[in-house]
Amino acid sequence: MTLAGAILELADDHLVLGHRVSEWCGHAPMLEEDLAMPNMALDLIGTARTLYEYAAELEGKGQSEDDMAYLRGEREYRNCLLVERPNGDFAHTMLRQLFFAAFMEPYWQAALNSEDKVVRGVAGKAVKEMAYHIRHAGEWVIRLGDGTEESARRMQDAVSALAIYTDELFEGNAVSELPDRAAIRSDWTATVSHIFAEAGLELPETKFPQTGGRSGKHGEGLGHMLAEMQSVYRAHPGASW
Amino acid sequence: MVAVQTHPDQALAWSVAASVPDPEVPCINVEELGILRWLRFEDGVAVAGVTPTYSGCPAVLAIELAIETALLDAGFKARIERVMSPPWTTDWISETGREKLREYGIAPPEKSSGSKLALFGETTVACPQCGSTATEKLSEFGSTACKAQYRCTACAEPFDYFKCI
Repeated sequence: MTLAGAILELADDHLVLGHRVSEWCGHAPMLEEDLAMPNMALDLIGTARTLYEYAAELEGKGQSEDDMAYLRGEREYRNCLLVERPNGDFAHTMLRQLFFAAFMEPYWQAALNSEDKVVRGVAGKAVKEMAYHIRHAGEWVIRLGDGTEESARRMQDAVSALAIYTDELFEGNAVSELPDRAAIRSDWTATVSHIFAEAGLELPETKFPQTGGRSGKHGEGLGHMLAEMQSVYRAHPGASW
Repeated sequence: MVAVQTHPDQALAWSVAASVPDPEVPCINVEELGILRWLRFEDGVAVAGVTPTYSGCPAVLAIELAIETALLDAGFKARIERVMSPPWTTDWISETGREKLREYGIAPPEKSSGSKLALFGETTVACPQCGSTATEKLSEFGSTACKAQYRCTACAEPFDYFKCI
């Protein structure tokens, strides 16, 4: 794994999740959440932009951040499967956000000591934003998990549906400039367990973890998402605004 | 913050750049917000170092453009350099800036409380209208990336809180 490849994986994680979260804009269950969703999406897409720019620079083929985001097909995307999962209901979206942020917060924390200046810069901003996402998503996981019979059932459904995608977060070949993904597991488990305990939820043991995103093998949903996300840029190549 | 005086127009250029208001919170300028990091002259060009507040803050480009325009209007050749590291923190908002935010009706950020497990709003935020600390969080997110929504239970006014990062 090259640094450019590892940066691209991170960038894809952030863009895909950012786009998924942005799909809630105008559809959230209440006004506060309708503001929260695009705000969280902005954090993720903002991070993705810096990472794409850096990946393009490292690859040295004269690509722009837009080329990276809009001109690669589904099999060229290297995001993990968790982030591309369709939004489902609000419980699914909030749990997906918690699972991702609970990984990224300690990851960026470790990246603050990277020998790479760009990585340190991105990490310094993102670590605080991810702490904020953990808090926001964590509060909802607790509120729904420990809420009514209906909300608890839906949160439990979300746990059953999404837990199988979490192992992939810890996979990956180490590059010296970025933290070792496997080493983040204990931090991730501690954060999720703390929140699950308050929510009355249990983290199930995963018998058949789903992976493949890092080698471009994605679920059906990603293709649909990219088709929509890339349609304007592909219809008007090189357009700027 | 101000770079060493190496150019006769250093102080003038700094004050021109510093006076640019934040487009989303126009009551305070970029110096008070702490995002104008330095200004130096390189071969006769005034170069301003600017740090974004949030990764995806849509105002970043507008702010950079406004500072560049202000310097150009004042007769300087100008260039903006985006500074990513060290990252901006709300601790860099000056005392004057905090006071202006309060007068504008936005509660300024409290001392850093970036704890990821500070669930359900454990921070105490004083109401910018009446000063009461009997306030409650409505949402971790507000009208812009940098704000959260609160409500004062004493005077019943809702208000923005400049969130602490």
